[in-house]
Amino acid sequence: MIPLSYYLILGAILFAISVVGIFLNRKNLIVILMSIELLLLAANMNFVAFSHYLQDPAGQVFVFFILTVAAAEAAIGLAILIILFRNKLSINVEDLDELKG
Amino acid sequence: MNDTIQFMPVLPEIIIASMACFILVIDLYLKDSQKMISFGLTILTLIVGLVFIVSGYGQEPQLIFNGTVVVDQLSVVTKFGIVLASLLLLIYSQQYALDRKLFGGEYFVLVLLGTVGMMVLTSSSHMLTLYMGLELLSLCMYALIAMQRDSAKASEAAMKYFVLGALASGILLYGMSLFYGLTGSLQLGEISQSLASQDKQSMPLILATIFIVVGLAFKLGAVPFHMWVPDVYHGSPTSATIFIGAAPKIAAFAMVVRLLVSGFSELQIHWGDMLSLLAIASVAVGNILAIAQTNFKRMLAYSTISHMGFFLFGIVSGNEHGYGAALFYVMVYAFMSLGAFGLLMILSSKGVEVEEIEDLKGLNQTHPWLAFLMLLVMFSMAGVPPTIGFYAKLSVIQSLVSVGYYQMAIIAVLLAVIGAYYYLRIIKTVYFEDADQKRILTPQPVATFVLSTNILAVLWLMPFVGVLIDICQKAVMVLP
Repeated sequence: MIPLSYYLILGAILFAISVVGIFLNRKNLIVILMSIELLLLAANMNFVAFSHYLQDPAGQVFVFFILTVAAAEAAIGLAILIILFRNKLSINVEDLDELKG
Repeated sequence: MNDTIQFMPVLPEIIIASMACFILVIDLYLKDSQKMISFGLTILTLIVGLVFIVSGYGQEPQLIFNGTVVVDQLSVVTKFGIVLASLLLLIYSQQYALDRKLFGGEYFVLVLLGTVGMMVLTSSSHMLTLYMGLELLSLCMYALIAMQRDSAKASEAAMKYFVLGALASGILLYGMSLFYGLTGSLQLGEISQSLASQDKQSMPLILATIFIVVGLAFKLGAVPFHMWVPDVYHGSPTSATIFIGAAPKIAAFAMVVRLLVSGFSELQIHWGDMLSLLAIASVAVGNILAIAQTNFKRMLAYSTISHMGFFLFGIVSGNEHGYGAALFYVMVYAFMSLGAFGLLMILSSKGVEVEEIEDLKGLNQTHPWLAFLMLLVMFSMAGVPPTIGFYAKLSVIQSLVSVGYYQMAIIAVLLAVIGAYYYLRIIKTVYFEDADQKRILTPQPVATFVLSTNILAVLWLMPFVGVLIDICQKAVMVLP
Protein backbone atom coordinates (compact mmCIF):
# COMPACT_ATOMS: atom_id res chain seq x y z
CA MET A 1 0.00 0.00 0.00
CA ILE A 2 1.60 3.24 -1.14
CA PRO A 3 0.80 6.12 1.23
CA LEU A 4 -1.17 9.15 0.02
CA SER A 5 1.74 11.52 0.55
CA TYR A 6 3.79 9.84 -2.22
CA TYR A 7 1.08 10.63 -4.76
CA LEU A 8 0.81 14.20 -3.53
CA ILE A 9 4.58 14.67 -3.79
CA LEU A 10 4.48 13.31 -7.33
CA GLY A 11 1.65 15.73 -8.13
CA ALA A 12 3.60 18.63 -6.66
CA ILE A 13 6.72 17.69 -8.67
CA LEU A 14 4.69 17.51 -11.90
CA PHE A 15 3.16 20.91 -11.08
CA ALA A 16 6.58 22.43 -10.42
CA ILE A 17 8.06 21.00 -13.62
CA SER A 18 5.25 22.42 -15.72
CA VAL A 19 5.34 25.90 -14.16
CA VAL A 20 9.13 26.02 -14.61
CA GLY A 21 8.64 24.79 -18.18
CA ILE A 22 6.27 27.66 -18.94
CA PHE A 23 8.37 30.41 -17.39
CA LEU A 24 11.95 29.39 -18.12
CA ASN A 25 11.41 28.19 -21.66
CA ARG A 26 12.54 30.82 -24.17
CA LYS A 27 12.70 28.69 -27.28
CA ASN A 28 9.68 26.75 -28.36
CA LEU A 29 5.95 27.31 -27.97
CA ILE A 30 5.20 23.60 -28.34
CA VAL A 31 7.10 22.93 -25.13
CA ILE A 32 4.82 25.45 -23.42
CA LEU A 33 1.75 23.60 -24.70
CA MET A 34 3.21 20.37 -23.34
CA SER A 35 3.83 22.06 -19.98
CA ILE A 36 0.18 23.16 -19.86
CA GLU A 37 -0.93 19.55 -20.36
CA LEU A 38 1.40 18.47 -17.57
CA LEU A 39 -0.10 21.12 -15.29
CA LEU A 40 -3.58 19.66 -15.74
CA LEU A 41 -2.21 16.15 -15.19
CA ALA A 42 -0.67 17.27 -11.91
CA ALA A 43 -4.12 18.36 -10.73
CA ASN A 44 -5.56 15.06 -12.01
CA MET A 45 -3.00 13.11 -10.01
CA ASN A 46 -4.09 14.93 -6.86
CA PHE A 47 -7.77 14.37 -7.57
CA VAL A 48 -7.37 10.65 -8.17
CA ALA A 49 -5.18 10.19 -5.12
CA PHE A 50 -7.62 12.05 -2.87
CA SER A 51 -10.57 10.28 -4.43
CA HIS A 52 -9.05 6.91 -3.58
CA TYR A 53 -8.03 8.06 -0.12
CA LEU A 54 -11.50 9.45 0.69
CA GLN A 55 -13.31 6.52 -1.03
CA ASP A 56 -15.42 9.12 -2.87
CA PRO A 57 -15.95 8.77 -6.64
CA ALA A 58 -16.62 12.51 -7.24
CA GLY A 59 -12.92 13.23 -7.65
CA GLN A 60 -12.56 10.65 -10.39
CA VAL A 61 -15.58 12.05 -12.22
CA PHE A 62 -13.93 15.46 -12.08
CA VAL A 63 -10.80 13.94 -13.65
CA PHE A 64 -12.81 12.79 -16.66
CA PHE A 65 -14.11 16.29 -17.16
CA ILE A 66 -10.60 17.74 -16.85
CA LEU A 67 -9.25 15.28 -19.42
CA THR A 68 -11.98 16.26 -21.88
CA VAL A 69 -11.37 19.97 -21.34
CA ALA A 70 -7.62 19.39 -21.73
CA ALA A 71 -8.24 17.81 -25.13
CA ALA A 72 -10.35 20.78 -26.24
CA GLU A 73 -7.75 23.16 -24.91
CA ALA A 74 -4.94 21.39 -26.76
CA ALA A 75 -6.97 21.59 -29.98
CA ILE A 76 -7.47 25.34 -29.65
CA GLY A 77 -3.86 25.87 -28.57
CA LEU A 78 -2.48 24.05 -31.61
CA ALA A 79 -4.89 25.90 -33.91
CA ILE A 80 -3.65 29.23 -32.55
CA LEU A 81 -0.07 27.98 -32.95
CA ILE A 82 -0.67 27.25 -36.64
CA ILE A 83 -2.14 30.71 -37.24
CA LEU A 84 0.82 32.21 -35.41
CA PHE A 85 3.27 30.26 -37.53
CA ARG A 86 1.55 31.36 -40.74
CA ASN A 87 1.79 35.01 -39.73
CA LYS A 88 5.27 35.06 -38.23
CA LEU A 89 6.95 32.00 -39.79
CA SER A 90 8.33 31.16 -36.36
CA ILE A 91 7.20 29.56 -33.12
CA ASN A 92 10.07 30.95 -31.10
CA VAL A 93 8.89 32.51 -27.85
CA GLU A 94 11.32 35.40 -28.28
CA ASP A 95 9.64 36.38 -31.54
CA LEU A 96 6.41 37.19 -29.71
CA ASP A 97 7.50 40.77 -29.20
CA GLU A 98 5.18 42.87 -31.32
CA LEU A 99 2.94 43.85 -28.41
CA LYS A 100 4.62 45.68 -25.59
CA GLY A 101 4.56 48.93 -23.66
CA MET B 1 -32.31 16.76 -2.20
CA ASN B 2 -34.86 16.40 -4.94
CA ASP B 3 -34.62 13.30 -7.14
CA THR B 4 -36.50 14.61 -10.15
CA ILE B 5 -34.32 16.77 -12.33
CA GLN B 6 -35.58 20.29 -12.76
CA PHE B 7 -34.83 22.03 -16.02
CA MET B 8 -36.98 25.14 -15.70
CA PRO B 9 -34.53 27.25 -13.63
CA VAL B 10 -31.79 26.84 -16.23
CA LEU B 11 -34.08 27.42 -19.22
CA PRO B 12 -32.17 30.55 -20.39
CA GLU B 13 -28.90 28.58 -20.59
CA ILE B 14 -30.62 25.72 -22.42
CA ILE B 15 -32.22 28.10 -24.94
CA ILE B 16 -29.00 29.95 -25.68
CA ALA B 17 -26.87 26.79 -25.90
CA SER B 18 -29.27 24.94 -28.20
CA MET B 19 -29.78 28.02 -30.38
CA ALA B 20 -25.98 28.31 -30.68
CA CYS B 21 -25.90 24.79 -32.14
CA PHE B 22 -28.87 25.59 -34.40
CA ILE B 23 -27.26 28.79 -35.71
CA LEU B 24 -24.01 26.92 -36.37
CA VAL B 25 -25.86 24.51 -38.69
CA ILE B 26 -28.16 27.10 -40.31
CA ASP B 27 -25.17 29.28 -41.08
CA LEU B 28 -23.65 26.58 -43.30
CA TYR B 29 -26.52 26.99 -45.75
CA LEU B 30 -26.34 30.78 -45.93
CA LYS B 31 -24.43 32.77 -48.52
CA ASP B 32 -22.16 35.59 -47.37
CA SER B 33 -24.81 38.13 -48.30
CA GLN B 34 -27.40 36.38 -46.13
CA LYS B 35 -25.42 36.48 -42.88
CA MET B 36 -27.97 38.95 -41.54
CA ILE B 37 -30.33 36.00 -41.01
CA SER B 38 -28.02 34.29 -38.54
CA PHE B 39 -27.23 37.67 -36.99
CA GLY B 40 -30.96 38.28 -36.47
CA LEU B 41 -31.41 34.82 -34.98
CA THR B 42 -28.54 35.47 -32.55
CA ILE B 43 -30.04 38.79 -31.43
CA LEU B 44 -33.45 37.12 -31.05
CA THR B 45 -31.96 34.30 -28.96
CA LEU B 46 -30.34 36.74 -26.58
CA ILE B 47 -33.55 38.78 -26.25
CA VAL B 48 -35.57 35.63 -25.49
CA GLY B 49 -32.93 34.56 -22.97
CA LEU B 50 -33.13 38.00 -21.36
CA VAL B 51 -36.94 37.73 -21.03
CA PHE B 52 -36.68 34.32 -19.34
CA ILE B 53 -33.98 35.57 -16.98
CA VAL B 54 -36.08 38.57 -15.94
CA SER B 55 -39.11 36.34 -15.35
CA GLY B 56 -37.03 34.37 -12.83
CA TYR B 57 -36.42 37.48 -10.72
CA GLY B 58 -37.62 37.39 -7.13
CA GLN B 59 -38.01 33.62 -6.85
CA GLU B 60 -36.74 31.55 -3.97
CA PRO B 61 -33.14 30.28 -4.34
CA GLN B 62 -33.06 26.79 -5.84
CA LEU B 63 -30.27 24.25 -5.63
CA ILE B 64 -30.64 21.84 -8.55
CA PHE B 65 -28.79 19.02 -10.35
CA ASN B 66 -27.64 17.40 -7.10
CA GLY B 67 -26.34 20.63 -5.68
CA THR B 68 -24.14 21.59 -8.61
CA VAL B 69 -26.18 24.56 -9.85
CA VAL B 70 -27.80 27.29 -7.82
CA VAL B 71 -30.32 29.75 -9.20
CA ASP B 72 -30.85 32.73 -6.92
CA GLN B 73 -31.11 36.52 -6.98
CA LEU B 74 -27.37 36.93 -7.46
CA SER B 75 -27.29 34.66 -10.49
CA VAL B 76 -30.37 36.34 -11.97
CA VAL B 77 -28.90 39.84 -11.63
CA THR B 78 -25.48 38.89 -12.98
CA LYS B 79 -26.96 36.85 -15.84
CA PHE B 80 -29.11 39.82 -16.80
CA GLY B 81 -26.00 41.98 -17.02
CA ILE B 82 -24.06 39.35 -18.95
CA VAL B 83 -26.72 38.65 -21.59
CA LEU B 84 -27.52 42.34 -22.05
CA ALA B 85 -23.79 43.08 -22.50
CA SER B 86 -23.48 40.32 -25.12
CA LEU B 87 -26.52 41.65 -26.96
CA LEU B 88 -25.16 45.20 -27.03
CA LEU B 89 -21.69 44.16 -28.16
CA LEU B 90 -23.14 42.27 -31.12
CA ILE B 91 -25.08 45.35 -32.18
CA TYR B 92 -22.03 47.62 -31.85
CA SER B 93 -19.63 45.31 -33.62
CA GLN B 94 -21.82 44.56 -36.64
CA GLN B 95 -20.32 47.07 -39.07
CA TYR B 96 -16.79 46.67 -37.70
CA ALA B 97 -16.87 42.90 -38.07
CA LEU B 98 -18.44 43.14 -41.52
CA ASP B 99 -15.63 45.42 -42.75
CA ARG B 100 -12.97 43.04 -41.45
CA LYS B 101 -14.61 39.85 -42.72
CA LEU B 102 -15.19 38.59 -39.16
CA PHE B 103 -18.96 38.72 -39.53
CA GLY B 104 -19.91 35.06 -39.78
CA GLY B 105 -21.69 32.26 -38.02
CA GLU B 106 -18.62 31.33 -36.01
CA TYR B 107 -18.46 34.81 -34.47
CA PHE B 108 -22.09 34.63 -33.28
CA VAL B 109 -21.73 31.05 -32.05
CA LEU B 110 -18.59 31.86 -30.09
CA VAL B 111 -20.27 34.86 -28.46
CA LEU B 112 -23.35 32.77 -27.60
CA LEU B 113 -21.34 29.87 -26.16
CA GLY B 114 -19.12 32.28 -24.23
CA THR B 115 -22.30 33.79 -22.80
CA VAL B 116 -23.53 30.34 -21.75
CA GLY B 117 -20.15 29.71 -20.11
CA MET B 118 -20.48 32.91 -18.10
CA MET B 119 -24.05 32.03 -17.10
CA VAL B 120 -22.95 28.58 -15.88
CA LEU B 121 -20.11 30.24 -13.99
CA THR B 122 -22.44 32.66 -12.21
CA SER B 123 -24.83 29.96 -11.02
CA SER B 124 -22.24 27.37 -10.04
CA SER B 125 -22.33 25.96 -6.53
CA HIS B 126 -19.92 23.12 -7.19
CA MET B 127 -16.25 23.12 -8.25
CA LEU B 128 -17.11 21.10 -11.36
CA THR B 129 -19.70 23.52 -12.75
CA LEU B 130 -17.44 26.43 -11.87
CA TYR B 131 -14.53 24.92 -13.78
CA MET B 132 -16.64 23.93 -16.77
CA GLY B 133 -18.21 27.38 -17.02
CA LEU B 134 -14.82 29.05 -16.76
CA GLU B 135 -13.30 26.85 -19.47
CA LEU B 136 -16.25 27.29 -21.83
CA LEU B 137 -15.84 31.05 -21.49
CA SER B 138 -12.04 30.98 -21.84
CA LEU B 139 -11.96 28.70 -24.88
CA CYS B 140 -14.47 30.96 -26.66
CA MET B 141 -12.38 34.01 -25.85
CA TYR B 142 -9.15 32.48 -27.21
CA ALA B 143 -10.91 31.55 -30.44
CA LEU B 144 -12.57 34.97 -30.79
CA ILE B 145 -9.20 36.73 -30.63
CA ALA B 146 -7.58 34.36 -33.10
CA MET B 147 -10.49 34.80 -35.56
CA GLN B 148 -8.62 37.61 -37.29
CA ARG B 149 -6.44 35.08 -39.07
CA ASP B 150 -4.29 37.40 -41.17
CA SER B 151 -3.20 39.62 -38.31
CA ALA B 152 0.11 38.86 -36.63
CA LYS B 153 -0.88 41.03 -33.68
CA ALA B 154 -4.12 39.15 -33.07
CA SER B 155 -2.50 35.72 -33.22
CA GLU B 156 0.25 36.83 -30.88
CA ALA B 157 -2.36 38.18 -28.44
CA ALA B 158 -4.33 34.93 -28.69
CA MET B 159 -1.25 32.85 -27.96
CA LYS B 160 -0.25 34.95 -24.96
CA TYR B 161 -3.78 34.86 -23.61
CA PHE B 162 -4.04 31.13 -24.20
CA VAL B 163 -0.83 30.28 -22.35
CA LEU B 164 -1.52 32.50 -19.36
CA GLY B 165 -5.22 31.60 -19.25
CA ALA B 166 -4.42 27.89 -19.28
CA LEU B 167 -1.79 28.43 -16.58
CA ALA B 168 -4.41 30.24 -14.46
CA SER B 169 -6.94 27.42 -14.88
CA GLY B 170 -4.25 24.92 -13.96
CA ILE B 171 -3.34 26.78 -10.78
CA LEU B 172 -7.02 27.17 -9.87
CA LEU B 173 -7.57 23.47 -10.48
CA TYR B 174 -4.61 22.51 -8.31
CA GLY B 175 -6.05 24.64 -5.51
CA MET B 176 -9.43 22.93 -6.00
CA SER B 177 -7.81 19.51 -5.75
CA LEU B 178 -6.17 20.50 -2.46
CA PHE B 179 -9.50 21.72 -1.10
CA TYR B 180 -11.10 18.48 -2.22
CA GLY B 181 -8.53 16.52 -0.25
CA LEU B 182 -8.84 18.74 2.82
CA THR B 183 -12.62 18.88 3.01
CA GLY B 184 -13.68 15.70 1.22
CA SER B 185 -16.21 17.44 -0.98
CA LEU B 186 -16.47 19.44 -4.18
CA GLN B 187 -19.79 21.08 -3.35
CA LEU B 188 -19.20 24.63 -2.13
CA GLY B 189 -21.83 24.47 0.61
CA GLU B 190 -20.42 21.23 2.00
CA ILE B 191 -16.88 22.63 1.81
CA SER B 192 -18.01 25.62 3.83
CA GLN B 193 -19.54 23.34 6.50
CA SER B 194 -16.47 21.15 6.65
CA LEU B 195 -14.14 24.15 6.96
CA ALA B 196 -16.09 25.43 9.97
CA SER B 197 -14.79 22.57 12.10
CA GLN B 198 -11.17 22.79 10.96
CA ASP B 199 -8.13 24.63 12.25
CA LYS B 200 -8.00 27.85 10.20
CA GLN B 201 -4.24 28.29 10.67
CA SER B 202 -3.23 24.90 9.25
CA MET B 203 -0.56 25.18 6.56
CA PRO B 204 -2.30 23.07 3.86
CA LEU B 205 -5.46 25.21 4.08
CA ILE B 206 -3.45 28.42 3.66
CA LEU B 207 -1.54 26.88 0.73
CA ALA B 208 -4.77 25.82 -0.98
CA THR B 209 -6.24 29.31 -0.48
CA ILE B 210 -3.14 30.85 -2.05
CA PHE B 211 -3.54 28.66 -5.14
CA ILE B 212 -7.21 29.60 -5.52
CA VAL B 213 -6.56 33.33 -5.03
CA VAL B 214 -3.65 33.31 -7.51
CA GLY B 215 -5.82 31.53 -10.09
CA LEU B 216 -8.62 34.05 -9.61
CA ALA B 217 -6.20 37.00 -9.74
CA PHE B 218 -4.85 35.74 -13.08
CA LYS B 219 -8.36 35.54 -14.49
CA LEU B 220 -9.28 38.98 -13.15
CA GLY B 221 -6.04 40.55 -14.34
CA ALA B 222 -5.12 41.89 -10.91
CA VAL B 223 -1.54 43.03 -10.31
CA PRO B 224 0.95 41.21 -10.13
CA PHE B 225 -0.81 38.78 -12.47
CA HIS B 226 -1.84 41.42 -14.99
CA MET B 227 0.83 41.11 -17.69
CA TRP B 228 -1.52 39.56 -20.24
CA VAL B 229 -4.22 42.26 -20.04
CA PRO B 230 -2.60 45.11 -22.03
CA ASP B 231 -1.23 42.82 -24.73
CA VAL B 232 -4.54 41.05 -25.21
CA TYR B 233 -6.59 44.25 -25.32
CA HIS B 234 -4.13 45.83 -27.75
CA GLY B 235 -3.67 42.89 -30.09
CA SER B 236 -7.23 41.64 -30.45
CA PRO B 237 -9.63 43.03 -33.01
CA THR B 238 -11.88 45.51 -31.15
CA SER B 239 -14.87 43.22 -31.72
CA ALA B 240 -13.12 40.65 -29.50
CA THR B 241 -11.72 43.20 -27.04
CA ILE B 242 -15.23 44.42 -26.29
CA PHE B 243 -16.27 40.84 -25.52
CA ILE B 244 -13.30 40.29 -23.19
CA GLY B 245 -13.62 43.69 -21.57
CA ALA B 246 -17.26 43.78 -20.52
CA ALA B 247 -19.36 40.73 -19.65
CA PRO B 248 -16.56 38.46 -18.31
CA LYS B 249 -15.87 41.05 -15.62
CA ILE B 250 -19.38 40.47 -14.24
CA ALA B 251 -18.81 36.71 -14.46
CA ALA B 252 -15.46 37.11 -12.71
CA PHE B 253 -17.21 38.92 -9.87
CA ALA B 254 -19.65 36.04 -9.54
CA MET B 255 -16.78 33.53 -9.61
CA VAL B 256 -14.88 35.34 -6.85
CA VAL B 257 -17.98 35.67 -4.72
CA ARG B 258 -19.16 32.09 -5.22
CA LEU B 259 -15.76 30.59 -4.44
CA LEU B 260 -14.41 32.84 -1.73
CA VAL B 261 -17.52 34.18 -0.06
CA SER B 262 -19.96 31.31 -0.22
CA GLY B 263 -17.39 28.48 -0.32
CA PHE B 264 -14.48 29.60 1.80
CA SER B 265 -16.18 32.18 4.04
CA GLU B 266 -14.45 30.59 7.04
CA LEU B 267 -11.05 31.50 5.60
CA GLN B 268 -11.78 35.19 5.22
CA ILE B 269 -8.86 36.11 7.51
CA HIS B 270 -6.55 34.67 4.84
CA TRP B 271 -8.09 35.66 1.54
CA GLY B 272 -9.15 39.06 2.85
CA ASP B 273 -5.51 40.06 3.35
CA MET B 274 -4.43 38.60 0.02
CA LEU B 275 -7.20 40.41 -1.85
CA SER B 276 -6.44 43.74 -0.20
CA LEU B 277 -2.81 43.53 -1.33
CA LEU B 278 -3.95 42.64 -4.86
CA ALA B 279 -6.47 45.48 -4.83
CA ILE B 280 -4.00 48.16 -3.72
CA ALA B 281 -1.35 46.98 -6.19
CA SER B 282 -3.87 46.87 -9.06
CA VAL B 283 -5.26 50.34 -8.47
CA ALA B 284 -1.75 51.78 -8.12
CA VAL B 285 -0.08 50.05 -11.07
CA GLY B 286 -3.11 50.32 -13.35
CA ASN B 287 -3.62 54.04 -12.84
CA ILE B 288 0.06 55.00 -12.99
CA LEU B 289 1.02 52.94 -16.04
CA ALA B 290 -2.07 54.09 -17.94
CA ILE B 291 -0.64 57.62 -17.96
CA ALA B 292 2.31 56.50 -20.11
CA GLN B 293 0.21 54.89 -22.85
CA THR B 294 -0.22 56.31 -26.34
CA ASN B 295 -2.51 53.57 -27.57
CA PHE B 296 -6.13 54.02 -26.55
CA LYS B 297 -6.86 50.29 -26.20
CA ARG B 298 -3.75 49.78 -24.06
CA MET B 299 -4.78 52.71 -21.92
CA LEU B 300 -8.23 51.17 -21.42
CA ALA B 301 -6.52 47.88 -20.52
CA TYR B 302 -4.58 49.53 -17.71
CA SER B 303 -7.75 51.31 -16.65
CA THR B 304 -9.44 47.87 -16.49
CA ILE B 305 -6.70 46.69 -14.14
CA SER B 306 -7.33 49.64 -11.85
CA HIS B 307 -11.11 49.10 -11.99
CA MET B 308 -10.64 45.44 -11.08
CA GLY B 309 -8.62 46.61 -8.07
CA PHE B 310 -11.44 48.95 -7.13
CA PHE B 311 -14.06 46.24 -7.20
CA LEU B 312 -11.80 44.00 -5.09
CA PHE B 313 -11.90 46.74 -2.43
CA GLY B 314 -15.62 46.05 -2.14
CA ILE B 315 -14.98 42.32 -1.60
CA VAL B 316 -12.25 43.10 0.92
CA SER B 317 -14.78 44.95 3.11
CA GLY B 318 -16.12 41.49 3.83
CA ASN B 319 -19.77 42.30 4.53
CA GLU B 320 -23.00 42.37 2.55
CA HIS B 321 -22.74 46.10 1.98
CA GLY B 322 -19.29 45.66 0.45
CA TYR B 323 -20.34 42.79 -1.84
CA GLY B 324 -23.35 44.79 -3.00
CA ALA B 325 -21.13 47.79 -3.74
CA ALA B 326 -18.69 45.56 -5.65
CA LEU B 327 -21.52 44.08 -7.73
CA PHE B 328 -22.86 47.54 -8.54
CA TYR B 329 -19.35 48.72 -9.43
CA VAL B 330 -18.65 45.83 -11.73
CA MET B 331 -22.01 46.16 -13.52
CA VAL B 332 -21.49 49.89 -14.06
CA TYR B 333 -17.92 49.25 -15.22
CA ALA B 334 -19.02 46.59 -17.72
CA PHE B 335 -21.45 48.95 -19.39
CA MET B 336 -19.00 51.87 -19.39
CA SER B 337 -16.36 49.75 -21.11
CA LEU B 338 -19.00 48.53 -23.59
CA GLY B 339 -19.59 52.20 -24.37
CA ALA B 340 -15.89 53.02 -24.75
CA PHE B 341 -15.08 50.08 -27.04
CA GLY B 342 -18.35 50.56 -28.91
CA LEU B 343 -17.34 54.14 -29.67
CA LEU B 344 -13.95 52.94 -30.86
CA MET B 345 -15.62 50.52 -33.28
CA ILE B 346 -18.00 53.16 -34.62
CA LEU B 347 -15.06 55.52 -35.18
CA SER B 348 -13.13 52.90 -37.11
CA SER B 349 -14.08 52.30 -40.70
CA LYS B 350 -13.06 49.98 -43.50
CA GLY B 351 -9.25 49.76 -43.49
CA VAL B 352 -8.95 52.48 -40.84
CA GLU B 353 -8.32 51.33 -37.30
CA VAL B 354 -8.82 54.01 -34.66
CA GLU B 355 -6.51 52.87 -31.87
CA GLU B 356 -4.01 55.58 -31.03
CA ILE B 357 -5.05 58.47 -28.82
CA GLU B 358 -3.69 60.74 -31.61
CA ASP B 359 -6.41 59.42 -33.91
CA LEU B 360 -9.04 61.06 -31.74
CA LYS B 361 -7.68 64.59 -32.34
CA GLY B 362 -10.31 67.12 -33.31
CA LEU B 363 -13.18 64.68 -33.11
CA ASN B 364 -15.37 67.51 -31.85
CA GLN B 365 -15.01 69.41 -35.13
CA THR B 366 -16.10 66.53 -37.33
CA HIS B 367 -18.50 64.59 -35.09
CA PRO B 368 -19.63 66.67 -32.09
CA TRP B 369 -22.16 64.06 -30.92
CA LEU B 370 -19.61 61.21 -30.81
CA ALA B 371 -17.18 63.58 -29.07
CA PHE B 372 -19.82 64.32 -26.44
CA LEU B 373 -20.39 60.58 -25.90
CA MET B 374 -16.64 60.10 -25.46
CA LEU B 375 -16.66 62.90 -22.89
CA LEU B 376 -19.44 61.19 -20.93
CA VAL B 377 -17.71 57.78 -20.91
CA MET B 378 -14.43 59.28 -19.79
CA PHE B 379 -16.10 61.35 -17.04
CA SER B 380 -17.97 58.31 -15.83
CA MET B 381 -14.84 56.12 -15.79
CA ALA B 382 -12.93 58.82 -13.91
CA GLY B 383 -15.80 59.03 -11.43
CA VAL B 384 -16.84 62.64 -11.93
CA PRO B 385 -20.26 63.50 -10.47
CA PRO B 386 -23.09 63.51 -11.54
CA THR B 387 -22.29 60.45 -13.66
CA ILE B 388 -23.08 56.97 -12.39
CA GLY B 389 -19.39 56.07 -12.23
CA PHE B 390 -19.12 58.47 -9.30
CA TYR B 391 -21.81 56.64 -7.32
CA ALA B 392 -20.14 53.29 -8.04
CA LYS B 393 -16.83 54.54 -6.63
CA LEU B 394 -18.62 56.24 -3.75
CA SER B 395 -20.43 53.11 -2.61
CA VAL B 396 -17.23 51.03 -2.67
CA ILE B 397 -15.37 53.64 -0.62
CA GLN B 398 -18.33 53.93 1.76
CA SER B 399 -18.19 50.20 2.38
CA LEU B 400 -14.46 50.43 3.13
CA VAL B 401 -15.02 53.26 5.59
CA SER B 402 -17.94 51.48 7.27
CA VAL B 403 -15.69 48.61 8.35
CA GLY B 404 -12.88 50.93 9.43
CA TYR B 405 -10.36 50.42 6.60
CA TYR B 406 -9.53 54.14 6.48
CA GLN B 407 -6.03 53.83 5.03
CA MET B 408 -7.32 51.74 2.17
CA ALA B 409 -10.13 54.21 1.48
CA ILE B 410 -7.62 57.08 1.36
CA ILE B 411 -5.33 55.16 -1.00
CA ALA B 412 -8.31 54.37 -3.23
CA VAL B 413 -9.38 58.02 -3.44
CA LEU B 414 -5.85 59.33 -4.08
CA LEU B 415 -5.22 56.84 -6.86
CA ALA B 416 -8.62 57.56 -8.41
CA VAL B 417 -7.55 61.20 -8.63
CA ILE B 418 -4.31 60.22 -10.37
CA GLY B 419 -6.43 58.10 -12.70
CA ALA B 420 -8.58 61.09 -13.62
CA TYR B 421 -5.54 62.59 -15.38
CA TYR B 422 -5.45 60.17 -18.30
CA TYR B 423 -9.22 60.19 -18.77
CA LEU B 424 -9.22 63.98 -18.92
CA ARG B 425 -6.31 63.88 -21.38
CA ILE B 426 -8.58 62.03 -23.81
CA ILE B 427 -11.21 64.74 -23.44
CA LYS B 428 -8.53 67.38 -24.10
CA THR B 429 -7.44 65.53 -27.25
CA VAL B 430 -11.00 65.25 -28.47
CA TYR B 431 -12.02 68.86 -27.82
CA PHE B 432 -8.96 71.09 -27.89
CA GLU B 433 -6.63 69.67 -30.52
CA ASP B 434 -6.93 70.00 -34.28
CA ALA B 435 -7.15 66.99 -36.49
CA ASP B 436 -4.28 66.32 -38.94
CA GLN B 437 -6.77 65.24 -41.56
CA LYS B 438 -10.53 65.27 -41.46
CA ARG B 439 -12.31 61.94 -41.79
CA ILE B 440 -16.03 61.94 -42.36
CA LEU B 441 -17.72 58.83 -41.01
CA THR B 442 -21.17 57.50 -41.74
CA PRO B 443 -21.94 55.62 -38.55
CA GLN B 444 -24.62 52.99 -38.74
CA PRO B 445 -27.82 54.57 -37.36
CA VAL B 446 -29.07 51.63 -35.25
CA ALA B 447 -25.72 51.02 -33.59
CA THR B 448 -25.26 54.74 -32.96
CA PHE B 449 -28.71 55.02 -31.40
CA VAL B 450 -28.17 52.01 -29.08
CA LEU B 451 -24.68 53.22 -28.21
CA SER B 452 -26.00 56.69 -27.38
CA THR B 453 -28.67 55.20 -25.11
CA ASN B 454 -26.02 53.03 -23.45
CA ILE B 455 -23.67 55.92 -22.83
CA LEU B 456 -26.32 58.46 -21.90
CA ALA B 457 -27.40 55.93 -19.26
CA VAL B 458 -24.52 57.22 -17.13
CA LEU B 459 -26.69 60.33 -16.80
CA TRP B 460 -30.31 59.20 -17.08
CA LEU B 461 -29.89 56.30 -14.67
CA MET B 462 -28.81 58.82 -12.05
CA PRO B 463 -32.25 59.23 -10.37
CA PHE B 464 -32.52 55.44 -10.10
CA VAL B 465 -29.12 54.89 -8.49
CA GLY B 466 -30.75 54.12 -5.16
CA VAL B 467 -33.00 51.47 -6.71
CA LEU B 468 -30.08 49.87 -8.58
CA ILE B 469 -27.85 49.72 -5.51
CA ASP B 470 -30.80 48.23 -3.65
CA ILE B 471 -31.16 45.48 -6.26
CA CYS B 472 -27.45 44.70 -5.96
CA GLN B 473 -27.65 44.64 -2.16
CA LYS B 474 -30.64 42.27 -2.28
CA ALA B 475 -28.80 40.05 -4.75
CA VAL B 476 -25.85 39.48 -2.44
CA MET B 477 -28.14 38.78 0.55
CA VAL B 478 -28.23 35.13 -0.60
CA LEU B 479 -24.58 34.75 0.36
CA PRO B 480 -23.91 33.38 3.83
